[in-house]
Amino acid sequence: MSIVVRIEKCTGCETCLSSCPFDAIVMKEGKAFINEYCNYCKTCISVCPEGVIIETEEVSNLKPQMSNLKDYKDVLVFAEQREGKVATVAYELLGIGRRLADELGTKLLAVLLGADESEASELIRWGADKVYLCRDAALQKFNDDSYAEVLTNVIKEQKPSIVLAGATPIGRSFIPRVAARLRTGLTADCTSLEIDKETKNLLQVRPAFGGNIMATILCPDYRPQMATVRPRVMKKGEYNKNRTGEIVNIQIDEITSRTKVVETIKEISGISVNLHEAEIIVAGGRGAGGDKGFKMLEELAQAFGGVVGASRAAVDEGWISYSHQVGQTGKTVNPKIYIACGISGAVQHLVGMQSSDIIIAINKNPEAPIFNVATYGIVGDMFEIVPLLIKKIKEVKGI
Amino acid sequence: MNIIVCIKQVPDTAEIRINPETNTLMREGVPSIINPFDLHALEAGIKIKEQLGGKVLVLTMGPPQAETALREAISIGADEAVLLSDRAFAGSDTWATSYILAQAVRKLGADIIFCGKQAIDGDTAQVGPETAEFLGIPHISYVIKIEEIKDNYIRVQRLMDEGYDIVESGLPVLLTVVKELNQPRMPSLKGKMAAKKAEIKKMGQAEIEADENNIGLKGSPTQVKNIFAPQVKTERKMLAGAPEEQVDALIAELRGIKCL
Ligand SMILES: Cc1cc2nc3c(=O)[nH]c(=O)nc-3n(C[C@H](O)[C@H](O)[C@H](O)COP(=O)(O)OP(=O)(O)OC[C@H]3O[C@@H](n4cnc5c(N)ncnc54)[C@H](O)[C@@H]3O)c2cc1C
Ligand SMILES: Nc1ncnc2c1ncn2[C@@H]1O[C@H](COP(=O)(O)O)[C@@H](O)[C@H]1O
Repeated sequence: MSIVVRIEKCTGCETCLSSCPFDAIVMKEGKAFINEYCNYCKTCISVCPEGVIIETEEVSNLKPQMSNLKDYKDVLVFAEQREGKVATVAYELLGIGRRLADELGTKLLAVLLGADESEASELIRWGADKVYLCRDAALQKFNDDSYAEVLTNVIKEQKPSIVLAGATPIGRSFIPRVAARLRTGLTADCTSLEIDKETKNLLQVRPAFGGNIMATILCPDYRPQMATVRPRVMKKGEYNKNRTGEIVNIQIDEITSRTKVVETIKEISGISVNLHEAEIIVAGGRGAGGDKGFKMLEELAQAFGGVVGASRAAVDEGWISYSHQVGQTGKTVNPKIYIACGISGAVQHLVGMQSSDIIIAINKNPEAPIFNVATYGIVGDMFEIVPLLIKKIKEVKGI
Repeated sequence: MNIIVCIKQVPDTAEIRINPETNTLMREGVPSIINPFDLHALEAGIKIKEQLGGKVLVLTMGPPQAETALREAISIGADEAVLLSDRAFAGSDTWATSYILAQAVRKLGADIIFCGKQAIDGDTAQVGPETAEFLGIPHISYVIKIEEIKDNYIRVQRLMDEGYDIVESGLPVLLTVVKELNQPRMPSLKGKMAAKKAEIKKMGQAEIEADENNIGLKGSPTQVKNIFAPQVKTERKMLAGAPEEQVDALIAELRGIKCL
């Protein structure tokens, strides 16, 4: 396949030039020309006012296709655990996985490594039909080699059509190895998954370019279609304590791993920073001005019953540790309430928090972009607003 | 120690804006830079070389203009540079890119391969681990500290959600690094001179003996279907008045929707 300009009709308006995310269009003698850096994203086709950029035909002829696509059926979820407890993201995956499986009329499988049977039963109550459980203690701690080995084997045997894992540090580290080994595509950090009504292929939507654009990715010719899914974006499924399913215990021979985790160190700060699980996050930015500002925000978080987050600027200033950072290079959060204090709302920050249910923005600059995503906006000095808010909340809550 | 640092030339996404009319990226005037994470990878490589001797080779797959990124890396302290450029590589997704990088690393040889945690254009963070898989070597992601390197042994700290792990591995190994690992140095005057004179080695499909079915658009399992602008929320309420009034209004709203 290639994307070409019908030179004779090109007016040389240059609209396509700046629309290309890959800088792959140049002007030659007053006409647009697409060079070899084209990534076939087709943006130029959609922007060309003359409609003279077209896709050439031979698409399907070009690509080798797996011969046995049809053998791949079910939806499989990798259920991550930490210290033996299934992580919340796994329940979210079961939520979306169940929906996809129902739509395709197939089963929902889950793989659980290094946890026990009671956790496996939980996965069934949250929607799984069948859980492949390996209780081996060697899998309790995350390890790329052994996790990749066991998951690859289950996939090879069960031949699921779709494989989902959390876009967590664990999922994003070892799932690529699995995809590489299976010779199939992997879409990172998806925020939406749908089944294409016609082809039944998985439409995988994800942010790219620092959250500036969204892309829909397909993996039409290889199976399984693999994706890591951003935590806190998908809704959990329905919990049914009477739901039944099958637990398949898998045995593994000696697991060889070339890397070894010798120690796990948890970072403990004043207030626990499990941002992923938090329902309420009070986040501070450069506007918080320093340690004093963050002390105040911590008090607000306590009054709300939430935790403290931060923009990168605040982390860079050293006012709070990196584990609190929200955004592209920090954590993605999706709490019920996100209160942004003294944060301007750079795209890199927004991508990490804009799917929160309610966003409250406090900023003294009425033009701050954070107000574009806010549910409630307060233009004002956080050093005036926040203490008042703490006082009022305490009154309301009677604390 | 033979060190290879994989770097990618990317548009500076902090400078990118969306054209509200066409919902497409505006790339005009957006500078091309070395992926910020890769500068930390390069710094880590140079530090190890300074400590233990050896050489640092920077490797990139990209269009001919990616040579600029390689020269910049030399000005910062890399010893050699290889550009993987071939029309047949165009349209490679992470699977194909990793295959290509791995083929090149095989030819070039390395004890430690560094990648950035992720590239800021695609934001996938997949190329590092996939490359390690193709090479048949272990990898450690999100390296935030290198504690020790000896003959055939390395111990690092790996950043996780709620703290960090201390991880050991043999060599060769591929490491992906986060920004907290170090502070990248600036180009030196000597480095800039070297960068001007440096010979950039070019390799294509034939040189790295890549299978045509594994590269470029043809070798890529994933396809971009379309690209669109993210939606922004619209139902926004600005709370006006004096600070007291604003706070009261907020409390009333939150109670109204039963969030307090
Ligand atoms: C590759 C890359 C990745 C990045 N990743 C992230 C990321 O993960 N997370 C992230 O947050 N950023 C990230 N950034 C940085 C991002 O671009 C911004 O620089 C950063 O988010 C700005 O932080 P800020 O809003 O706290 O600071 P500023 O932009 O300086 O904004 C401070 C705001 O506080 C307001 N203010 C000041 N005083 C007060 C007061 N007394 N009361 C009320 N308001 C006040 C000001 O009006 C201003 O709007 C990244 C950048 C790049 C290039
Ligand atoms: N085309 C490329 N050439 C060289 N290195 C790359 C290339 N693409 C990705 N990488 C490396 O892989 C890392 C992760 O990239 P990505 O998986 O695209 O987010 C980057 O930080 C680079 O170190």
